[in-house]
Amino acid sequence: MTPAPTNPPPALTVPLPPDAGVLARFFDGNVWHSFKQSPMAIVAAVIALVCVVSALGANWLAPHNPMDLATLELSDARLPPAWMDEGKSKYLLGTDDQGRDILSALMYGSRISLFVGLASVAVSVVVGVGLGLLAGFAGGRIDGFIMRVCDVMLSFPSILIALLIDGVGRAMFPNAHESLAFFVLILAISLTGWVQYARTVRGSTLVERQKEYVQAARVIGVSPFRIMRRHVLPNVLGPVLVLATIQIAAAIITEATLSFLGVGVPPTSPSLGTLIRVGQDFLFSGEWWITIFPGVVLVMISLSVNLLGDWLRDALNPRLN
Amino acid sequence: MTALVEVTDLAKTFDVSAPWLNRVIERQPRRFVHAVDGVSFAIQRGQTLALVGESGCGKSTVARLLVGLYGPTRGDVVFDGRNTAQTLASPDARALRKRMQMIFQDPYASLNPRWKVRDIVGEPLREHGLAMTEAELEAKVAELLRSVGMGAADMEKFPHQFSGGQRQRISIARALATEPEFLICDEPTSALDVSVQAQVLNIMKDLQRQRGLTYLFISHNLAVVRHVADQVGVMYLGRLVELADRKALFATPRHPYTRMLLDAIPDIAMTGRQRTPVQGEVPNPLQPPTGCAFHPRCPHANARCSSERPEMTLFQGIRIACHGVTEGRI
Amino acid sequence: MAIKPLLEVRHLRVEFPTRRGTLLALDDVSFDIAPGEILGVVGESGAGKSLTGAAIIGLLEPPGRVAGGEILLDGQRIDNLPAEAMRKIRGRRIGAIFQDPLTSLNPLYTVGRQIIETIQVHLKVSAAEARQRAIALLQETGIPAAEQRIDQYPHQFSGGMRQRVVIALALAAQPELIVADEPTTALDVSIQAQIIALLKKLTKEHGAAVMLVTHDMGVIAEACDRVAVMYAGRIVEIGPVAEVIHHPAHPYTAGLMGSIPSMDIERERLMQIDGAMPRLNAIPSGCAFNPRCPQAFERCRSERPDLMPAGATRAACWLHAEPLQVPA
Repeated sequence: MTPAPTNPPPALTVPLPPDAGVLARFFDGNVWHSFKQSPMAIVAAVIALVCVVSALGANWLAPHNPMDLATLELSDARLPPAWMDEGKSKYLLGTDDQGRDILSALMYGSRISLFVGLASVAVSVVVGVGLGLLAGFAGGRIDGFIMRVCDVMLSFPSILIALLIDGVGRAMFPNAHESLAFFVLILAISLTGWVQYARTVRGSTLVERQKEYVQAARVIGVSPFRIMRRHVLPNVLGPVLVLATIQIAAAIITEATLSFLGVGVPPTSPSLGTLIRVGQDFLFSGEWWITIFPGVVLVMISLSVNLLGDWLRDALNPRLN
Repeated sequence: MTALVEVTDLAKTFDVSAPWLNRVIERQPRRFVHAVDGVSFAIQRGQTLALVGESGCGKSTVARLLVGLYGPTRGDVVFDGRNTAQTLASPDARALRKRMQMIFQDPYASLNPRWKVRDIVGEPLREHGLAMTEAELEAKVAELLRSVGMGAADMEKFPHQFSGGQRQRISIARALATEPEFLICDEPTSALDVSVQAQVLNIMKDLQRQRGLTYLFISHNLAVVRHVADQVGVMYLGRLVELADRKALFATPRHPYTRMLLDAIPDIAMTGRQRTPVQGEVPNPLQPPTGCAFHPRCPHANARCSSERPEMTLFQGIRIACHGVTEGRI
Repeated sequence: MAIKPLLEVRHLRVEFPTRRGTLLALDDVSFDIAPGEILGVVGESGAGKSLTGAAIIGLLEPPGRVAGGEILLDGQRIDNLPAEAMRKIRGRRIGAIFQDPLTSLNPLYTVGRQIIETIQVHLKVSAAEARQRAIALLQETGIPAAEQRIDQYPHQFSGGMRQRVVIALALAAQPELIVADEPTTALDVSIQAQIIALLKKLTKEHGAAVMLVTHDMGVIAEACDRVAVMYAGRIVEIGPVAEVIHHPAHPYTAGLMGSIPSMDIERERLMQIDGAMPRLNAIPSGCAFNPRCPQAFERCRSERPDLMPAGATRAACWLHAEPLQVPA
């Protein structure tokens, strides 16, 4: 049984010069074009970019340094945002109970949140893609084992797993340095996220493995490891990209939750979650800005990253193009 | 003269049983498919053997067994005097792989969509250390592309920028990179348009003449087979039913299945030749018929055909597995 | 012709707007199909034959759209009908058979239900009568034990059997025209022969005309009365099957016939047409085939030929222009 011969669909591309670089090809491609046409994606990207830039450049962009205890003035504590009465223009979004500028705290806090979020996703991707490739390629018992591990991990709520690892970490190293806390936190979040990548990549690997270009490589005599790395991996990364983008938002929220519960980042490096928790105590005394603004920023980051992930999934879907 | 490739009683069985848990709970038996069930043939150097048959006959599996993508359940493949299964498991595997290569059916799936043509055709060169420098690699790739009628500039492009016929030519260029002696071609033109098929078949014939290549050519299209083959083997449900010189097979087909296949070819020239009506379909490979696999569809089957499996025997210069023919009934 | 044609396609144009401009996939395609006739549309991939079928059934995939010309069924325009009206015509007056029997049938419903549903949607009959008709149709298409198999699911049939069911489904509402797009390509060669014979027999018995789209010249030779050869979105030759095959008037048709490996003639090299069919965004001016044509001359490069009489067929080729036009 043979398919009817088909050529590629009507040629939609004016050919680029053969030696066009990666960047030129990207801007000529369907993905960039779809981006330009989607107002939602552009807005989301702008918001995300603003958040990222202000987070990364907190050292230079923030009006104050909330970490530096010497610059704090207790007399300026609990000031409302600048546009309200009693607010000072020096503190645009108000101050908390120690006199820390909320806006600056947000920028520094976003930095922590983004760092933890991105690092956890990076670890998840590496572990998940690696295990997925291995499962798909090796098959048999290894595949079965890895998939059962995935099933087990999925039956636990991610927060509980994160709490567990976090708690075990603290118990094992009670006097450990702060950076260990970060390490444990990132580990905790990434260990709950890798399963999705493993499953997706395993499925794609099973499909690609049957394709003739992989068989051709085997006939040439290329080792299985090289085939996995150089042939299969580039072809299964598409869905991973989409997943990772959306997972960044989830990781940030997980971190915020853990920090809110008090088991996340150490208190000396407050993230958005910490700020929300701290501000919660003041909510009912009317100082809403201490908790609301961090919450708004958290939502904005997650929303914009999720929207970007949504757009990316559609842009990469060959059938919708 | 000893043949370059000699295959004896080759067989491959696939286990298609349900997973263990299902089998235990649902009390299902283990199930096997005898994709290839005892095939023997020989190919002389510089010649082309074509294997024809319909879907499920096992011809693609034979191709993959020969090239080492599957390990045989039974039987031997001997290449230039050495057993391939053993060689592929030994340190000499690389040397053997250089000498035989494969061309696949689907021009869209046989090239990695993310690699440039230069890397695709150059991979065997890199893998076997046939090019010392990048410049040498590029020169060799350019020459290979030219030998299949494409240009050196094509090596900078990606597969999706080419048509089906061009991709198949890139596949051929890749297969020739290690200067093999034996090429296994699994339906190389079945997915191509007729005029493109003509180009590719002509190139393959030219290359065979120039380089003294030996081909195993798998196809379901008897007209194409007639054009390229020196020897033709007809397969049905994992077994060879007839193996003969091309002229003999097409002039006087003996086996009822071969005749049925020839009759099923549409008559383009519209000579109005009579065709015996075709009956039935290829049976389920999980439940092959007893005795001769073709007997349910054969107009000449008798009691012996349904109980005793015919073996390939020499008969008037050809090899055939049919009781009716060897008994002189047909 | 004296008989009023069942289907008339006049100057059909199909476009694909893309972000880089509009591609013309079908360019001024015109042909007729008489009632009860089997017209073959043959061409290589990219020639536009499947698009022609899709345009007639009204199933062009967006963003493709009909940009010009007319399609008339029994004298009535059908290309500009609203979706609801087209849906009524599709199935009742025009039936369709596609290439892949696996995806043409809904795997979740029994075969019988799908045929009965089609009958009941388009014909005013009772459920019991519809079931009787469905069984009769399955028997006609050669499915053994039709009364039992009517309640089976598509996956319980083999490929050839499924295609027979698809044929039964196409004939269920008694259409006047059937558009068959590569109906035998996915089947084994021995089954192909059976299905072609079945299609011919049943369409004659039911009085339906057929537009048979395929790349396989052998199928055309066996099944069709007339054939249209397409190239780069245009019809380059049209005429009775025997004439087009044995006396092709257009160089492309001749090249096509020459490149088919024949069972009767032995040749060292197959005739090949150098080059490839042009992509839609790079169609040459004048005659689309001129860069590959061994007999091209000046006029071919500048002026596009329409179908003109060429012996027993009509061909779009300046070689057959009136004697007054002397080739440059």
